[in-house]
Amino acid sequence: MDFLAAGDLSTALDARAEHPEAELLAGGTDLMVEVNLSYHRPAGVIAVRSCEELLEWEGRRIGAAVTWARLEDGPHRALAQLARTIGSPQIRAAGTLGGNVATASPAGDGLPWIAAIDAEIEVASQRRGTRIIAWDEFFVGVKETTLAPDEIITAILLPEHMPVSQEFAKVGVRNVMVIAMVNCVVARGEDGFRVALGSVAPVPIRAYRAEEMINAETSISDAALTEFARIVSDEVRPISDHRSTEAYRRHASGVLARRLVERCLAA
Amino acid sequence: MIVTFTINGEERSATVAGWESLLTVLRDNLGLAGSKNACEQGECGSCSVIVDGANLCSCLVMVGDCEGTTITTVEGIAHGSVLHPIQQAILDEGGVQCGFCTPGFVITAAHLFAANPNPDEEAMREAFSGNICRCTGYGALLRAFDRLAGDGT
Ligand SMILES: Cc1cc2nc3c(=O)[nH]c(=O)nc-3n(C[C@H](O)[C@H](O)[C@H](O)COP(=O)(O)OP(=O)(O)OC[C@H]3O[C@@H](n4cnc5c(N)ncnc54)[C@H](O)[C@@H]3O)c2cc1C
Ligand code: FES
Ligand code: FES
Repeated sequence: MDFLAAGDLSTALDARAEHPEAELLAGGTDLMVEVNLSYHRPAGVIAVRSCEELLEWEGRRIGAAVTWARLEDGPHRALAQLARTIGSPQIRAAGTLGGNVATASPAGDGLPWIAAIDAEIEVASQRRGTRIIAWDEFFVGVKETTLAPDEIITAILLPEHMPVSQEFAKVGVRNVMVIAMVNCVVARGEDGFRVALGSVAPVPIRAYRAEEMINAETSISDAALTEFARIVSDEVRPISDHRSTEAYRRHASGVLARRLVERCLAA
Repeated sequence: MIVTFTINGEERSATVAGWESLLTVLRDNLGLAGSKNACEQGECGSCSVIVDGANLCSCLVMVGDCEGTTITTVEGIAHGSVLHPIQQAILDEGGVQCGFCTPGFVITAAHLFAANPNPDEEAMREAFSGNICRCTGYGALLRAFDRLAGDGT
């Protein structure tokens, strides 16, 4: 098989089962970079960006092939904020949430949002039908997920109770076309704050200790916020690499998380 | 495989490997070398083309996924030998130096003004955030686009 542009999910799933060597293609903004660098010469390609089921976005179900350009204009504030920081308008017109999730880069900007709201990943295969995976069982390492070779990500499933406020921020060397040194989503719901960070561990993480601390405060003082930021900085597990250092990432994690809690309080 | 699409109003076909980039096929198979290859990583925008109404980096578009699409490249912007007002404005303001980024800026401008004939400076800066120019410092380009904004072009 050279190239198949699947118009619906069952065509794509059949092809996936029959051609395990073929690669899935959505917007191509991760895959084509690898192809152009000659890391990759796909043995076959199954394109999913025209699968109707993957383009649907209704209520709690965001189809995997929904582009950043669409998400930028959507109702979920932090998701819209982060979508607007992805690459450039050209990248956002092509790149998809499902592609971001499948790539599972530690710096993927969509991932902390999924972690902060406790979203699930819906996947499907021809043999086993649909499977729903909790985010923390889906992302298992750097660019490593528990998606099986015959599966396709079909949607991101949002929880029944969405946060009342949600905020995203990222730190990078400039405003556009920048991969995050740290990215962060804070969501505030009935049960308190949830804090998720990316680029500071192999997978997106929640700052559970910091959440517990801030959620135990009855009124949030400046001292409590300082202590909260300190715990976040302590809780992340960053490395030093070509983009940033461990020390800076720890510092920025605390600063961002605190800032976003303050924004949620002001919302 | 053979792909068939409409480029600049004309139906064209090419024999390709599905995983090749649209940019490669435009330049090497179809003789449309206006779109430039400056990074092949989606970073610079010099390969921008409009595919079914979306402004995309053609270096990141797999050509196999283009069957039946309608594509506008920089070659399709001028009216015959008469420059499009976007091209004329860039020329008048001195927005071309080496010219490598120019096709991408022309396409992004055409895409922007089609959707929003009167963008403010912030909208323009955001729209051009995926087009990099190493020579002009952007001032001349922004002046050209500023002149066009509101001209109904
Ligand atoms: C210039 C540039 C700037 C960028 N900036 C950012 C940024 O700021 N933040 C950020 O997070 N990312 C960024 N990226 C990375 C990329 O744009 C995103 O990760 C994007 O969301 C990928 O989606 P896609 O649809 O283009 O994926 P594709 O490239 O089509 O696919 C990526 C991978 O996912 C697999 N895949 C795709 N869809 C599915 C599916 N439905 N089920 C299973 N597997 C699937 C493919 O097989 C492939 O392995 C940037 C990329 C470029 C080139
Ligand atoms: S060549 Fe395509 S973005 Fe640079
Ligand atoms: S004129 Fe040389 S890159 Fe823009």
